[in-house]
Amino acid sequence: MSMAGSEQNKIPQPLWLLAELTYACPLQCPYCSNPVDMAKVKSELTTEDWKKVLREARAMGATQLGFSGGEPLVRTDLEELIAEARQLGFYTNLITSGVGMDEKRIKAFKEAGLDHIQVSFQASSEELNNFIAGTNAFEHKKEMARLVKKYGYPMVLCFVLHRKNEDQIRDILDLSIALDADYVELATTQYYGWAFHNREQLLPTRAQLKHAEAVAKEYQDKMKGKMKIYYVIPDYFEDRPKRCMDGWGKVFLTIAPDGTALPCHAARQLPGLEFPNVRDHSIEWIWNESPDFNKFRGFDWMKEPCRSCPEKEKDLGGCRCQAFMLTGDARNADPVCSKSPHHQQIVDLVNRVDKMAGKPAFEEKPMIFRNMKNSKKIIEEKESELN
Amino acid sequence: MLKDEKDKAIGPDVIPEIPTTHRLQWEQAQDCYVILYPEGMVKLNASSAEILKCCDGKRDVKTIIEDLQKQYSEANIEKDVLNFLEVAHVNGWIRTK
Ligand code: SF4
Ligand code: SF4
Repeated sequence: MSMAGSEQNKIPQPLWLLAELTYACPLQCPYCSNPVDMAKVKSELTTEDWKKVLREARAMGATQLGFSGGEPLVRTDLEELIAEARQLGFYTNLITSGVGMDEKRIKAFKEAGLDHIQVSFQASSEELNNFIAGTNAFEHKKEMARLVKKYGYPMVLCFVLHRKNEDQIRDILDLSIALDADYVELATTQYYGWAFHNREQLLPTRAQLKHAEAVAKEYQDKMKGKMKIYYVIPDYFEDRPKRCMDGWGKVFLTIAPDGTALPCHAARQLPGLEFPNVRDHSIEWIWNESPDFNKFRGFDWMKEPCRSCPEKEKDLGGCRCQAFMLTGDARNADPVCSKSPHHQQIVDLVNRVDKMAGKPAFEEKPMIFRNMKNSKKIIEEKESELN
Repeated sequence: MLKDEKDKAIGPDVIPEIPTTHRLQWEQAQDCYVILYPEGMVKLNASSAEILKCCDGKRDVKTIIEDLQKQYSEANIEKDVLNFLEVAHVNGWIRTK
Protein backbone atom coordinates (compact mmCIF):
# COMPACT_ATOMS: atom_id res chain seq x y z
CA MET A 1 0.00 0.00 0.00
CA SER A 2 1.49 3.29 -0.94
CA MET A 3 1.23 5.90 1.72
CA ALA A 4 2.01 9.36 0.51
CA GLY A 5 3.51 11.42 3.24
CA SER A 6 3.04 8.78 5.89
CA GLU A 7 5.30 8.87 8.90
CA GLN A 8 6.55 5.79 10.68
CA ASN A 9 3.84 5.12 13.21
CA LYS A 10 5.07 4.21 16.68
CA ILE A 11 2.31 1.68 17.24
CA PRO A 12 1.63 0.09 13.88
CA GLN A 13 -1.94 -0.35 12.75
CA PRO A 14 -3.28 -3.30 10.80
CA LEU A 15 -4.23 -1.25 7.76
CA TRP A 16 -4.76 -4.28 5.57
CA LEU A 17 -7.08 -7.09 6.57
CA LEU A 18 -7.00 -10.20 4.44
CA ALA A 19 -10.01 -12.38 5.14
CA GLU A 20 -9.35 -15.87 3.84
CA LEU A 21 -12.93 -17.01 3.98
CA THR A 22 -12.36 -20.62 3.01
CA TYR A 23 -9.74 -23.04 1.74
CA ALA A 24 -12.33 -24.57 -0.58
CA CYS A 25 -11.63 -23.80 -4.23
CA PRO A 26 -12.78 -25.31 -7.49
CA LEU A 27 -9.35 -24.60 -9.00
CA GLN A 28 -6.12 -26.48 -8.35
CA CYS A 29 -3.33 -24.04 -9.15
CA PRO A 30 0.03 -25.66 -8.46
CA TYR A 31 1.40 -22.28 -7.31
CA CYS A 32 -1.30 -21.67 -4.71
CA SER A 33 0.09 -20.10 -1.55
CA ASN A 34 -2.40 -21.84 0.74
CA PRO A 35 -0.75 -24.25 3.18
CA VAL A 36 -0.20 -27.73 1.76
CA ASP A 37 -1.78 -29.21 4.89
CA MET A 38 -4.97 -27.21 4.42
CA ALA A 39 -7.00 -30.44 4.62
CA LYS A 40 -6.40 -30.33 8.39
CA VAL A 41 -8.59 -27.26 8.73
CA LYS A 42 -12.04 -28.54 9.47
CA SER A 43 -14.25 -25.82 10.86
CA GLU A 44 -14.62 -22.43 9.20
CA LEU A 45 -15.59 -19.26 11.00
CA THR A 46 -19.30 -18.46 10.99
CA THR A 47 -20.84 -15.34 9.52
CA GLU A 48 -21.08 -13.83 13.00
CA ASP A 49 -17.42 -14.62 13.73
CA TRP A 50 -16.40 -12.82 10.56
CA LYS A 51 -18.54 -9.81 11.40
CA LYS A 52 -16.80 -9.55 14.74
CA VAL A 53 -13.42 -9.72 12.99
CA LEU A 54 -14.47 -6.97 10.60
CA ARG A 55 -15.74 -4.70 13.37
CA GLU A 56 -12.69 -5.14 15.56
CA ALA A 57 -10.16 -4.75 12.76
CA ARG A 58 -11.93 -1.65 11.52
CA ALA A 59 -11.84 -0.16 15.01
CA MET A 60 -8.08 -0.78 15.00
CA GLY A 61 -7.73 1.31 11.86
CA ALA A 62 -7.96 -1.23 9.04
CA THR A 63 -9.14 0.38 5.81
CA GLN A 64 -8.39 -2.12 3.08
CA LEU A 65 -10.15 -5.44 3.18
CA GLY A 66 -9.46 -8.32 0.84
CA PHE A 67 -11.85 -11.24 0.66
CA SER A 68 -9.84 -14.18 -0.56
CA GLY A 69 -9.37 -17.86 0.10
CA GLY A 70 -9.38 -20.43 -1.46
CA GLU A 71 -12.22 -19.14 -3.52
CA PRO A 72 -14.29 -16.65 -1.49
CA LEU A 73 -17.27 -17.14 -3.82
CA VAL A 74 -17.76 -20.54 -2.25
CA ARG A 75 -19.10 -18.78 0.87
CA THR A 76 -22.80 -18.13 0.43
CA ASP A 77 -22.67 -15.35 3.03
CA LEU A 78 -20.23 -13.33 0.95
CA GLU A 79 -22.87 -10.75 0.01
CA GLU A 80 -23.75 -10.28 3.67
CA LEU A 81 -20.11 -9.87 4.68
CA ILE A 82 -19.49 -7.34 1.91
CA ALA A 83 -22.45 -5.28 3.06
CA GLU A 84 -21.25 -5.35 6.65
CA ALA A 85 -17.70 -4.40 5.64
CA ARG A 86 -18.80 -1.56 3.45
CA GLN A 87 -21.10 -0.19 6.10
CA LEU A 88 -18.14 -0.19 8.50
CA GLY A 89 -16.16 1.93 6.02
CA PHE A 90 -13.77 -0.60 4.53
CA TYR A 91 -12.59 -0.35 0.95
CA THR A 92 -13.65 -3.84 -0.08
CA ASN A 93 -11.66 -5.94 -2.54
CA LEU A 94 -12.78 -9.31 -3.81
CA ILE A 95 -9.89 -11.49 -4.93
CA THR A 96 -11.32 -14.26 -7.03
CA SER A 97 -10.77 -16.74 -9.83
CA GLY A 98 -14.22 -15.83 -11.13
CA VAL A 99 -15.30 -19.46 -10.95
CA GLY A 100 -18.63 -19.52 -9.15
CA MET A 101 -19.53 -16.01 -10.24
CA ASP A 102 -22.38 -14.99 -12.48
CA GLU A 103 -24.10 -11.78 -13.41
CA LYS A 104 -26.62 -12.08 -10.62
CA ARG A 105 -23.92 -12.24 -7.98
CA ILE A 106 -21.85 -9.45 -9.51
CA LYS A 107 -24.94 -7.29 -9.33
CA ALA A 108 -25.69 -8.34 -5.75
CA PHE A 109 -22.10 -7.53 -4.73
CA LYS A 110 -22.46 -4.10 -6.26
CA GLU A 111 -25.63 -3.47 -4.31
CA ALA A 112 -23.90 -4.66 -1.16
CA GLY A 113 -21.23 -2.02 -1.78
CA LEU A 114 -18.28 -3.99 -3.10
CA ASP A 115 -15.60 -1.58 -4.35
CA HIS A 116 -13.37 -3.74 -6.48
CA ILE A 117 -13.02 -7.18 -8.02
CA GLN A 118 -9.70 -8.70 -8.98
CA VAL A 119 -10.01 -11.62 -11.37
CA SER A 120 -7.07 -13.97 -11.67
CA PHE A 121 -6.19 -15.77 -14.85
CA GLN A 122 -3.81 -18.68 -15.09
CA ALA A 123 -2.62 -17.94 -18.64
CA SER A 124 -3.65 -16.22 -21.85
CA SER A 125 -4.63 -19.31 -23.78
CA GLU A 126 -7.50 -21.61 -23.06
CA GLU A 127 -5.40 -24.74 -23.14
CA LEU A 128 -2.70 -23.62 -20.74
CA ASN A 129 -5.12 -21.75 -18.50
CA ASN A 130 -7.24 -24.80 -18.05
CA PHE A 131 -4.26 -27.06 -17.53
CA ILE A 132 -2.83 -24.87 -14.78
CA ALA A 133 -6.18 -24.20 -13.18
CA GLY A 134 -6.98 -27.88 -13.34
CA THR A 135 -10.42 -27.01 -14.62
CA ASN A 136 -12.27 -25.63 -17.60
CA ALA A 137 -12.61 -21.99 -16.80
CA PHE A 138 -11.02 -19.76 -19.38
CA GLU A 139 -14.07 -18.64 -21.35
CA HIS A 140 -16.04 -18.15 -18.18
CA LYS A 141 -13.32 -15.96 -16.71
CA LYS A 142 -13.27 -13.75 -19.77
CA GLU A 143 -17.01 -13.40 -19.53
CA MET A 144 -16.73 -12.47 -15.84
CA ALA A 145 -14.06 -9.88 -16.61
CA ARG A 146 -16.44 -8.24 -19.07
CA LEU A 147 -19.21 -8.18 -16.50
CA VAL A 148 -16.93 -6.67 -13.88
CA LYS A 149 -16.41 -3.83 -16.28
CA LYS A 150 -20.06 -3.56 -17.16
CA TYR A 151 -21.00 -3.05 -13.53
CA GLY A 152 -18.53 -0.22 -13.14
CA TYR A 153 -15.91 -1.85 -10.96
CA PRO A 154 -12.29 -0.90 -11.52
CA MET A 155 -10.91 -3.89 -13.36
CA VAL A 156 -7.80 -5.50 -12.02
CA LEU A 157 -6.55 -8.62 -13.73
CA CYS A 158 -3.98 -10.77 -12.05
CA PHE A 159 -1.71 -13.25 -13.78
CA VAL A 160 0.68 -15.35 -11.77
CA LEU A 161 3.81 -15.85 -13.84
CA HIS A 162 6.07 -18.89 -13.89
CA ARG A 163 8.04 -20.98 -16.35
CA LYS A 164 4.99 -22.51 -18.04
CA ASN A 165 3.35 -19.21 -18.96
CA GLU A 166 6.15 -16.65 -18.77
CA ASP A 167 6.66 -16.71 -22.54
CA GLN A 168 3.01 -15.84 -23.10
CA ILE A 169 3.51 -12.43 -21.57
CA ARG A 170 2.76 -10.57 -24.78
CA ASP A 171 -0.49 -12.49 -25.25
CA ILE A 172 -1.33 -11.95 -21.60
CA LEU A 173 -1.00 -8.20 -21.99
CA ASP A 174 -2.91 -8.23 -25.28
CA LEU A 175 -5.69 -10.13 -23.58
CA SER A 176 -5.72 -7.54 -20.80
CA ILE A 177 -6.04 -4.76 -23.35
CA ALA A 178 -8.83 -6.61 -25.15
CA LEU A 179 -10.66 -6.95 -21.83
CA ASP A 180 -10.13 -3.27 -21.13
CA ALA A 181 -8.36 -3.78 -17.80
CA ASP A 182 -7.49 -0.74 -15.69
CA TYR A 183 -4.74 -2.48 -13.76
CA VAL A 184 -2.77 -5.60 -14.59
CA GLU A 185 -0.79 -7.37 -11.96
CA LEU A 186 1.91 -9.59 -13.39
CA ALA A 187 2.42 -11.33 -10.12
CA THR A 188 5.45 -13.42 -9.79
CA THR A 189 5.04 -16.81 -8.20
CA GLN A 190 5.89 -16.70 -4.52
CA TYR A 191 7.45 -19.92 -3.42
CA TYR A 192 5.28 -20.75 -0.43
CA GLY A 193 2.74 -23.46 0.10
CA TRP A 194 2.07 -25.47 -3.03
CA ALA A 195 4.41 -23.34 -5.11
CA PHE A 196 7.32 -24.35 -2.89
CA HIS A 197 6.58 -28.00 -3.58
CA ASN A 198 6.47 -27.32 -7.30
CA ARG A 199 9.21 -24.80 -7.50
CA GLU A 200 11.50 -26.71 -9.87
CA GLN A 201 8.67 -26.87 -12.37
CA LEU A 202 7.61 -23.25 -11.85
CA LEU A 203 10.83 -21.30 -11.62
CA PRO A 204 11.44 -19.39 -14.85
CA THR A 205 14.79 -19.26 -16.61
CA ARG A 206 16.88 -16.10 -16.66
CA ALA A 207 16.25 -15.75 -20.39
CA GLN A 208 12.49 -15.94 -19.84
CA LEU A 209 12.67 -13.28 -17.17
CA LYS A 210 14.70 -10.97 -19.32
CA HIS A 211 12.18 -11.30 -22.10
CA ALA A 212 9.21 -10.83 -19.77
CA GLU A 213 10.76 -7.75 -18.24
CA ALA A 214 11.37 -6.17 -21.64
CA VAL A 215 7.84 -6.88 -22.85
CA ALA A 216 6.31 -5.59 -19.62
CA LYS A 217 8.32 -2.40 -19.99
CA GLU A 218 7.26 -2.01 -23.62
CA TYR A 219 3.58 -2.28 -22.66
CA GLN A 220 4.00 -0.01 -19.64
CA ASP A 221 5.21 2.70 -22.00
CA LYS A 222 2.64 1.97 -24.64
CA MET A 223 -0.30 1.96 -22.22
CA LYS A 224 0.81 4.87 -20.07
CA GLY A 225 -2.20 6.69 -18.65
CA LYS A 226 -4.57 3.98 -19.86
CA MET A 227 -3.60 0.81 -18.10
CA LYS A 228 -1.34 0.40 -15.11
CA ILE A 229 0.92 -2.62 -15.35
CA TYR A 230 2.66 -3.90 -12.25
CA TYR A 231 5.61 -6.16 -12.78
CA VAL A 232 8.12 -7.25 -10.15
CA ILE A 233 11.21 -9.37 -10.63
CA PRO A 234 10.95 -12.58 -8.62
CA ASP A 235 13.12 -12.36 -5.54
CA TYR A 236 15.01 -15.57 -6.33
CA PHE A 237 16.77 -13.59 -9.03
CA GLU A 238 17.81 -10.67 -6.86
CA ASP A 239 20.60 -10.34 -4.33
CA ARG A 240 18.65 -8.42 -1.73
CA PRO A 241 15.42 -9.71 -0.23
CA LYS A 242 12.08 -7.98 -0.38
CA ARG A 243 10.80 -6.05 2.59
CA CYS A 244 8.35 -8.78 3.37
CA MET A 245 4.79 -7.67 4.22
CA ASP A 246 6.34 -4.30 5.01
CA GLY A 247 7.38 -5.83 8.30
CA TRP A 248 6.03 -8.47 10.62
CA GLY A 249 2.87 -7.29 12.37
CA LYS A 250 3.24 -3.89 10.79
CA VAL A 251 0.52 -3.42 8.18
CA PHE A 252 -1.01 -6.79 7.28
CA LEU A 253 -3.34 -8.98 9.23
CA THR A 254 -4.50 -12.23 7.70
CA ILE A 255 -7.30 -14.26 9.18
CA ALA A 256 -7.31 -17.86 7.97
CA PRO A 257 -10.58 -19.75 7.36
CA ASP A 258 -10.54 -21.31 10.84
CA GLY A 259 -9.88 -17.99 12.58
CA THR A 260 -6.12 -18.31 12.97
CA ALA A 261 -4.61 -14.82 12.90
CA LEU A 262 -1.40 -14.48 10.91
CA PRO A 263 0.97 -11.59 10.14
CA CYS A 264 1.25 -13.00 6.62
CA HIS A 265 -0.67 -15.65 4.75
CA ALA A 266 2.38 -17.89 4.51
CA ALA A 267 3.34 -17.71 8.19
CA ARG A 268 1.22 -20.64 9.27
CA GLN A 269 4.03 -23.07 8.47
CA LEU A 270 6.52 -21.49 10.87
CA PRO A 271 7.37 -23.83 13.74
CA GLY A 272 7.28 -22.81 17.37
CA LEU A 273 4.48 -20.33 16.85
CA GLU A 274 0.96 -21.02 17.99
CA PHE A 275 -0.79 -18.13 16.28
CA PRO A 276 -3.80 -16.87 18.19
CA ASN A 277 -7.35 -17.50 17.04
CA VAL A 278 -10.05 -14.88 16.77
CA ARG A 279 -12.42 -17.29 18.47
CA ASP A 280 -10.41 -16.93 21.68
CA HIS A 281 -9.02 -13.41 21.50
CA SER A 282 -9.86 -9.92 20.34
CA ILE A 283 -8.08 -8.50 17.32
CA GLU A 284 -6.69 -5.82 19.58
CA TRP A 285 -5.01 -8.36 21.87
CA ILE A 286 -3.81 -10.41 18.93
CA TRP A 287 -2.25 -7.43 17.19
CA ASN A 288 -0.83 -5.55 20.15
CA GLU A 289 -0.17 -8.17 22.81
CA SER A 290 0.13 -11.67 21.40
CA PRO A 291 3.68 -13.06 21.58
CA ASP A 292 3.53 -14.30 17.99
CA PHE A 293 2.72 -10.94 16.48
CA ASN A 294 5.54 -9.40 18.49
CA LYS A 295 8.04 -12.11 17.73
CA PHE A 296 9.66 -10.50 14.69
CA ARG A 297 8.83 -6.87 15.30
CA GLY A 298 11.80 -4.54 15.57
CA PHE A 299 15.34 -5.86 15.19
CA ASP A 300 16.15 -7.71 18.41
CA TRP A 301 15.24 -11.12 17.03
CA MET A 302 17.82 -10.90 14.25
CA LYS A 303 20.87 -13.09 13.92
CA GLU A 304 23.98 -12.32 11.93
CA PRO A 305 24.54 -11.19 9.20
CA CYS A 306 21.38 -9.07 9.58
CA ARG A 307 21.94 -7.96 13.17
CA SER A 308 24.93 -5.78 12.35
CA CYS A 309 23.97 -5.02 8.76
CA PRO A 310 23.57 -1.38 7.73
CA GLU A 311 20.73 -2.35 5.39
CA LYS A 312 18.52 -3.95 8.00
CA GLU A 313 16.09 -1.04 8.26
CA LYS A 314 15.52 -1.20 4.55
CA ASP A 315 14.61 -4.85 4.04
CA LEU A 316 14.13 -6.00 7.65
CA GLY A 317 16.11 -9.12 6.83
CA GLY A 318 13.59 -10.23 4.20
CA CYS A 319 10.95 -12.88 4.59
CA ARG A 320 10.72 -15.01 7.74
CA CYS A 321 8.92 -17.81 5.95
CA GLN A 322 11.51 -18.00 3.21
CA ALA A 323 14.30 -17.97 5.79
CA PHE A 324 12.64 -20.87 7.55
CA MET A 325 11.86 -22.89 4.45
CA LEU A 326 15.37 -22.62 3.09
CA THR A 327 17.51 -22.58 6.24
CA GLY A 328 15.36 -24.18 8.93
CA ASP A 329 15.52 -21.07 11.15
CA ALA A 330 13.12 -18.18 10.70
CA ARG A 331 15.57 -15.78 12.40
CA ASN A 332 18.20 -16.19 9.73
CA ALA A 333 18.63 -13.76 6.87
CA ASP A 334 16.37 -14.47 3.93
CA PRO A 335 18.70 -16.52 1.67
CA VAL A 336 17.77 -14.31 -1.25
CA CYS A 337 20.34 -11.96 0.28
CA SER A 338 23.84 -12.46 -1.08
CA LYS A 339 25.20 -11.90 2.43
CA SER A 340 23.37 -14.97 3.66
CA PRO A 341 25.56 -18.07 4.00
CA HIS A 342 22.65 -19.97 2.42
CA HIS A 343 22.44 -17.80 -0.67
CA GLN A 344 24.28 -20.30 -2.85
CA GLN A 345 21.30 -22.65 -2.56
CA ILE A 346 19.16 -20.24 -4.52
CA VAL A 347 21.86 -19.54 -7.09
CA ASP A 348 22.31 -23.28 -7.59
CA LEU A 349 18.60 -23.78 -8.09
CA VAL A 350 18.34 -20.96 -10.60
CA ASN A 351 21.37 -22.32 -12.46
CA ARG A 352 19.96 -25.81 -12.49
CA VAL A 353 16.65 -24.63 -13.91
CA ASP A 354 18.51 -22.63 -16.55
CA LYS A 355 20.40 -25.73 -17.58
CA MET A 356 17.55 -28.21 -17.46
CA ALA A 357 14.59 -26.19 -18.69
CA GLY A 358 13.17 -27.50 -21.93
CA LYS A 359 14.65 -30.98 -21.47
CA PRO A 360 11.79 -33.46 -21.62
CA ALA A 361 12.90 -35.51 -18.62
CA PHE A 362 12.92 -32.35 -16.49
CA GLU A 363 9.76 -30.77 -17.84
CA GLU A 364 7.69 -33.92 -17.74
CA LYS A 365 7.96 -34.34 -14.00
CA PRO A 366 4.35 -33.83 -12.93
CA MET A 367 3.36 -30.92 -10.73
CA ILE A 368 1.41 -31.50 -7.56
CA PHE A 369 -1.93 -29.81 -8.02
CA ARG A 370 -3.53 -28.05 -5.13
CA ASN A 371 -6.49 -30.06 -3.94
CA MET A 372 -7.70 -31.72 -0.78
CA LYS A 373 -6.68 -35.17 -1.96
CA ASN A 374 -3.07 -34.14 -2.46
CA SER A 375 -3.17 -32.20 0.79
CA LYS A 376 -4.21 -35.32 2.69
CA LYS A 377 -1.47 -37.28 0.98
CA ILE A 378 1.14 -34.72 1.97
CA ILE A 379 -0.11 -34.71 5.57
CA GLU A 380 0.14 -38.52 5.68
CA GLU A 381 3.64 -38.46 4.23
CA LYS A 382 4.76 -35.92 6.80
CA GLU A 383 3.25 -37.92 9.62
CA SER A 384 4.89 -41.15 8.52
CA GLU A 385 8.21 -39.31 8.31
CA LEU A 386 7.81 -38.32 11.95
CA ASN A 387 7.05 -41.87 13.10
CA MET B 1 -10.85 5.18 -13.67
CA LEU B 2 -7.69 5.50 -15.65
CA LYS B 3 -9.06 5.72 -19.13
CA ASP B 4 -11.26 8.52 -20.08
CA GLU B 5 -11.01 10.05 -23.48
CA LYS B 6 -12.78 13.18 -22.35
CA ASP B 7 -10.43 13.80 -19.44
CA LYS B 8 -9.05 17.34 -19.71
CA ALA B 9 -5.98 18.98 -18.25
CA ILE B 10 -6.57 21.06 -15.11
CA GLY B 11 -7.65 24.61 -15.94
CA PRO B 12 -10.17 27.19 -14.67
CA ASP B 13 -13.12 25.78 -16.63
CA VAL B 14 -12.84 22.04 -16.11
CA ILE B 15 -14.98 20.28 -13.53
CA PRO B 16 -13.04 17.82 -11.36
CA GLU B 17 -14.60 14.89 -9.53
CA ILE B 18 -13.48 11.87 -7.58
CA PRO B 19 -13.92 8.78 -9.77
CA THR B 20 -16.28 6.05 -8.60
CA THR B 21 -13.30 3.77 -8.07
CA HIS B 22 -11.88 6.05 -5.40
CA ARG B 23 -13.28 7.14 -2.10
CA LEU B 24 -12.52 10.14 0.08
CA GLN B 25 -13.18 9.29 3.69
CA TRP B 26 -12.44 10.50 7.20
CA GLU B 27 -10.35 8.00 9.13
CA GLN B 28 -10.75 8.21 12.87
CA ALA B 29 -7.80 5.91 13.53
CA GLN B 30 -5.51 8.01 11.34
CA ASP B 31 -6.97 11.30 12.42
CA CYS B 32 -7.03 12.50 8.84
CA TYR B 33 -8.82 12.17 5.53
CA VAL B 34 -7.69 9.44 3.19
CA ILE B 35 -8.23 8.44 -0.42
CA LEU B 36 -9.00 4.78 -0.83
CA TYR B 37 -8.64 2.91 -4.11
CA PRO B 38 -8.03 -0.68 -5.21
CA GLU B 39 -5.59 -2.12 -2.69
CA GLY B 40 -4.24 1.24 -1.67
CA MET B 41 -4.63 4.29 0.52
CA VAL B 42 -3.16 7.76 0.62
CA LYS B 43 -3.30 9.94 3.70
CA LEU B 44 -4.12 13.56 3.08
CA ASN B 45 -3.16 16.65 4.96
CA ALA B 46 -5.94 19.02 5.96
CA SER B 47 -5.67 21.43 3.04
CA SER B 48 -5.51 18.67 0.41
CA ALA B 49 -8.62 17.14 1.91
CA GLU B 50 -10.44 20.47 1.83
CA ILE B 51 -9.66 20.82 -1.87
CA LEU B 52 -10.73 17.27 -2.71
CA LYS B 53 -13.98 17.74 -0.83
CA CYS B 54 -14.79 20.47 -3.34
CA CYS B 55 -14.30 18.10 -6.28
CA ASP B 56 -17.97 17.19 -6.38
CA GLY B 57 -18.47 17.02 -10.14
CA LYS B 58 -20.57 20.19 -10.01
CA ARG B 59 -18.17 23.08 -9.50
CA ASP B 60 -15.49 24.07 -11.96
CA VAL B 61 -11.97 24.84 -10.82
CA LYS B 62 -12.59 28.60 -10.93
CA THR B 63 -15.53 28.29 -8.54
CA ILE B 64 -13.65 25.92 -6.25
CA ILE B 65 -10.84 28.45 -5.91
CA GLU B 66 -13.33 31.24 -5.16
CA ASP B 67 -15.12 29.15 -2.55
CA LEU B 68 -11.90 28.13 -0.84
CA GLN B 69 -10.57 31.66 -0.94
CA LYS B 70 -13.62 32.76 1.06
CA GLN B 71 -12.87 30.17 3.75
CA TYR B 72 -9.20 30.99 3.96
CA SER B 73 -8.57 34.67 3.94
CA GLU B 74 -4.84 34.04 3.66
CA ALA B 75 -2.92 35.33 0.70
CA ASN B 76 -3.65 34.04 -2.75
CA ILE B 77 -4.37 30.31 -2.65
CA GLU B 78 -4.96 29.93 -6.36
CA LYS B 79 -1.53 28.59 -7.19
CA ASP B 80 -1.56 26.04 -4.35
CA VAL B 81 -4.96 24.74 -5.34
CA LEU B 82 -3.99 24.38 -8.99
CA ASN B 83 -0.76 22.64 -8.07
CA PHE B 84 -2.51 20.16 -5.84
CA LEU B 85 -5.26 19.48 -8.38
CA GLU B 86 -2.61 18.67 -10.94
CA VAL B 87 -0.96 16.20 -8.60
CA ALA B 88 -4.34 14.67 -7.78
CA HIS B 89 -5.14 14.40 -11.46
CA VAL B 90 -1.87 12.73 -12.39
CA ASN B 91 -2.41 10.24 -9.58
CA GLY B 92 -5.93 9.47 -10.72
CA TRP B 93 -7.59 10.72 -7.51
CA ILE B 94 -9.72 13.02 -9.62
CA ARG B 95 -10.87 13.07 -13.18
CA THR B 96 -12.17 16.02 -15.10
CA LYS B 97 -15.01 16.84 -17.43
S1 SF4 C 1 -4.33 -19.87 -6.31
FE1 SF4 C 1 -5.72 -21.13 -7.54
S2 SF4 C 1 -6.11 -22.94 -6.26
FE2 SF4 C 1 -5.24 -21.36 -4.90
S3 SF4 C 1 -7.02 -20.37 -4.04
FE3 SF4 C 1 -6.40 -19.18 -5.85
S4 SF4 C 1 -7.64 -20.02 -7.51
FE4 SF4 C 1 -7.75 -21.49 -5.84
S1 SF4 D 1 22.15 -9.23 5.70
FE1 SF4 D 1 20.03 -9.16 6.37
S2 SF4 D 1 19.56 -7.00 6.73
FE2 SF4 D 1 21.48 -7.09 5.51
S3 SF4 D 1 20.82 -6.88 3.41
FE3 SF4 D 1 20.92 -9.08 3.83
S4 SF4 D 1 18.85 -9.65 4.54
FE4 SF4 D 1 18.99 -7.40 4.61
